Amino acid sequence: MLLRHTPEKITDRNSLTINPAKTCQPIGAMYAALGIHGCLPHSHGSQGCCAYHRSTLTRHYKEPVMAATSAFTEGSAVFGGQANLIEAFQNIFKIYNPDIIAVHTTCLSETIGDDVGQIVRAAHDDGKIPTGKHVIHCNTPSYVGSHVTGFSNMVKGMVNYFAESSGRRNGRINIIPGWVEPSDMREIRRLVKEMGINPIIFPDTSGVLDAPQTGKHIFYPKGGTTVSDLKNTGDSRFTIALGEVASKAAGEALTAKCQVPCHTLDLPIGLEATDRFIDMISKLACVEVPGSINEERGQLVDVITDMQQYLYGKKVALFGDPDQLISLTEFLISIDMRPTHIVTGTPYKGFEERIRSITKDVVPDINIKNGQCADMFLLHQWIKNDPVDLLIGNTYGKYIARDEDIPLIRFGFPIMDRIGHTYFPSVGYKGALRLLEKILSAFMDRQDRDSKEESFELVM
Amino acid sequence: MEILKDRRNQIHRKGDEPGSITCEKASVAGSVSQRACVFCGSRVVLYPVADALHLVHGPIGCATYTWDIRGALSSGPELHRMSFSTDLNEMDVVYGAEQKLYHSLIELIDAYKPKAAFVYSTCIVGLIGDDVVSICKKVAAEKDIPVLPVEAPGFAGTKKDGYKIACDALLSLAGTANTDTISAKSINILGDFNIAGETWVIRDYYQRMGVNVVATVTGDGRVNDIQKMHGATLNVVQCSGSMTHLARSLKEKYNIPFIRVSYFGIEDTAAALYDVARFFGDDSMLARTKELVRQETQAIMPEIRRYARDLEGKKAAIYVGGAFKAFSLVRALRTLGMGTVLVGTQTGNPEDYEQLREICDPGTIIVDDANPLELCSFLKEQRCDVFIGGVKERALAYKLGLGFCDHNHERKEALAGFIGMRNFAREIHATIMSPIWKFVPRDNCEDSGNPS
Ligand code: SF4
Ligand code: SF4
Repeated sequence: MLLRHTPEKITDRNSLTINPAKTCQPIGAMYAALGIHGCLPHSHGSQGCCAYHRSTLTRHYKEPVMAATSAFTEGSAVFGGQANLIEAFQNIFKIYNPDIIAVHTTCLSETIGDDVGQIVRAAHDDGKIPTGKHVIHCNTPSYVGSHVTGFSNMVKGMVNYFAESSGRRNGRINIIPGWVEPSDMREIRRLVKEMGINPIIFPDTSGVLDAPQTGKHIFYPKGGTTVSDLKNTGDSRFTIALGEVASKAAGEALTAKCQVPCHTLDLPIGLEATDRFIDMISKLACVEVPGSINEERGQLVDVITDMQQYLYGKKVALFGDPDQLISLTEFLISIDMRPTHIVTGTPYKGFEERIRSITKDVVPDINIKNGQCADMFLLHQWIKNDPVDLLIGNTYGKYIARDEDIPLIRFGFPIMDRIGHTYFPSVGYKGALRLLEKILSAFMDRQDRDSKEESFELVM
Repeated sequence: MEILKDRRNQIHRKGDEPGSITCEKASVAGSVSQRACVFCGSRVVLYPVADALHLVHGPIGCATYTWDIRGALSSGPELHRMSFSTDLNEMDVVYGAEQKLYHSLIELIDAYKPKAAFVYSTCIVGLIGDDVVSICKKVAAEKDIPVLPVEAPGFAGTKKDGYKIACDALLSLAGTANTDTISAKSINILGDFNIAGETWVIRDYYQRMGVNVVATVTGDGRVNDIQKMHGATLNVVQCSGSMTHLARSLKEKYNIPFIRVSYFGIEDTAAALYDVARFFGDDSMLARTKELVRQETQAIMPEIRRYARDLEGKKAAIYVGGAFKAFSLVRALRTLGMGTVLVGTQTGNPEDYEQLREICDPGTIIVDDANPLELCSFLKEQRCDVFIGGVKERALAYKLGLGFCDHNHERKEALAGFIGMRNFAREIHATIMSPIWKFVPRDNCEDSGNPS
């Protein structure tokens, strides 16, 4: 379909993005804020942005996504949005009654120069925020960074506003899970609990964006990190921040504020990254890795062993968010596949270097692009010039998949045309097993479909 | 439930004291509004013009969120399905991005040779003050195609204002191509967006009636057709919210009359076709139209009657963008033996609401620009069986254990025309009769919408 719109010849572009492989900061902030219990995200800007962000999150999670807006008008664009925001606080607490309002800015309020921190303080001082209620904020101008940076900023906002140290350690550990699915946050909790530790995971969208059908619309579902846990993060033994781009800033802020040591790891996607995650916790918390986890690991390794011949040398193109792509690339290499083209629109300086170091022995001539003009159009051009066996990325990959007749495995954000991502994890050994299953099924379905009659077989 | 004081007059119960409903006002700060922005309005209207280039001048989000979200199909070129953005960064915001816009346009026009280009400027561009108009002029002169600025910063009004801006862009295209070959019995189809191929359904009816369709604006739209739309004898406007402004302008400028129609439901579709046939005062055309309506109705009625047997007495809630669609839906639901107990729109005007009040049953709640909390509480109170709305309403309806039908841009089946009524009946039947509702504790909604 788009085929005819993507020429094979690659020309230098520096002013134009075609078919973006990222989106803007506020939506990430909105997603992170939904991971606090009783929180209503608030978008400080015009209502269009908020409507788009809610629609996109709704399409991905298939859940009602609530968020309020300052509903800027021409007047607010000229005179600033302070009056709107204060009015919004009053209306929101009265009508929607959240425990917390988490404000993020948009391009518009940023460019006007509204000082949200100062407005929040003023609202506090004037008694516009009821006792026991909270307002937190972060800055998310969308002409900087991407949706992942927005997520990171909001998580850092949680630390800035809530983390406290009482001077006594509480024996718990903090985990900042990064931008992953509710299912992944649930799985991370399960693994850590399996090791005998009760973690504080923040944010935690499990229970919020995968809520069960009860016949009710509950404005603030059961899940989400509680305010008291957010406060307690300052007394934890250490923090594990998963993903440099999405989580490191918050982890470091917590170290600076409450002296909680922070260890930044890759997202535990795939075999090796999960190993490092489990080992790190075991070492720092001085706990043994339980047999049950070793068993899960063993099962994963067993399946990879059984299936090597189907994976050997298969070429794959990837796009998505940097934290996810780094771990995913490592996993693909470990199962003998060849990541060939990788694109992320999210600017992150260390990206290319990380990917090159992971792939250097196996795919020395890998194509990588990150930041400005790293988009799906370029990825498509690369694929045209050097075809691959598989494409992994979000829903937007379906155009390329169809045009080039390549299987697509949906992974990342947003996924608007399939289900499962919110329920089945991609992290941990179980998550790796699920990814592996998807990859194998893609190849084997393909083989069953394409093989000639004389080579079509029952047992594969 | 508490209703924001400023919003009380935006809700009306039929049977209450008369008094007009308040509408067309900006959402209150702090509301969880279901509404979008000016940019969104202009983007959705122009989006289906398939052989034009659509470049979003602004930060990346505005372009990403409007990338191919509307399902407006094209029978030919598909340039509209690509997402082009100038992806403004910090430096651009500080120093302006006119050069960036200029180069992007040149690059794209060279690569794709589009028939025209639309340049949307979003909030931030409105603020930093790039002179988009003069850049468009310059590029138009250099490349010899129409390059139309669509200055639609999100904050500058409502989605409706975006429609108007889009109409003005379309108007500036009209009148620029030769119309010699157009017959006297010709129309433009205004305000169908070809979602799920609906424009094709409608166009086929007119062709069978012997009416020549000059331009479909904007569903399956082509720049050259729009350029000669001033040669048509009549404008037939469906989506009144978005296209009335264009129709009025065409009347002023080219003296082309227009009629408002709806293609939803049997009655309204038939009325639309008859109105057009009567306009041309041609007996043989009227006879052909009668035959068409007879055939089409006959083809769908048996199936519709089967659904209606199950649906008799069920109750629906409607929350859609435009009021005209709401009228049709109330009537279409009656065809299925169903009642409407809640009806709301995002963009209705006072006359629209007056008319809604006239056609609805007593007790029906009528709302303007509702928020989810209100919607939930009304849905619960009115004990609906199905909710007809758009993307943000879908998840809400399902959570409440109600059936749902997308009558917005996420519909996957054509709901316009006679065949559309069959599809609509089928969808309503499928969702209301789904066995899943047996497993959902629907009456257990005590604390629905109740904050923690
Ligand atoms: S930034 Fe402005 S134009 Fe873009 S979506 Fe938001 S309100 Fe609309
Ligand atoms: S890029 Fe800016 S204006 Fe556009 S949707 Fe995102 S926050 Fe809104």
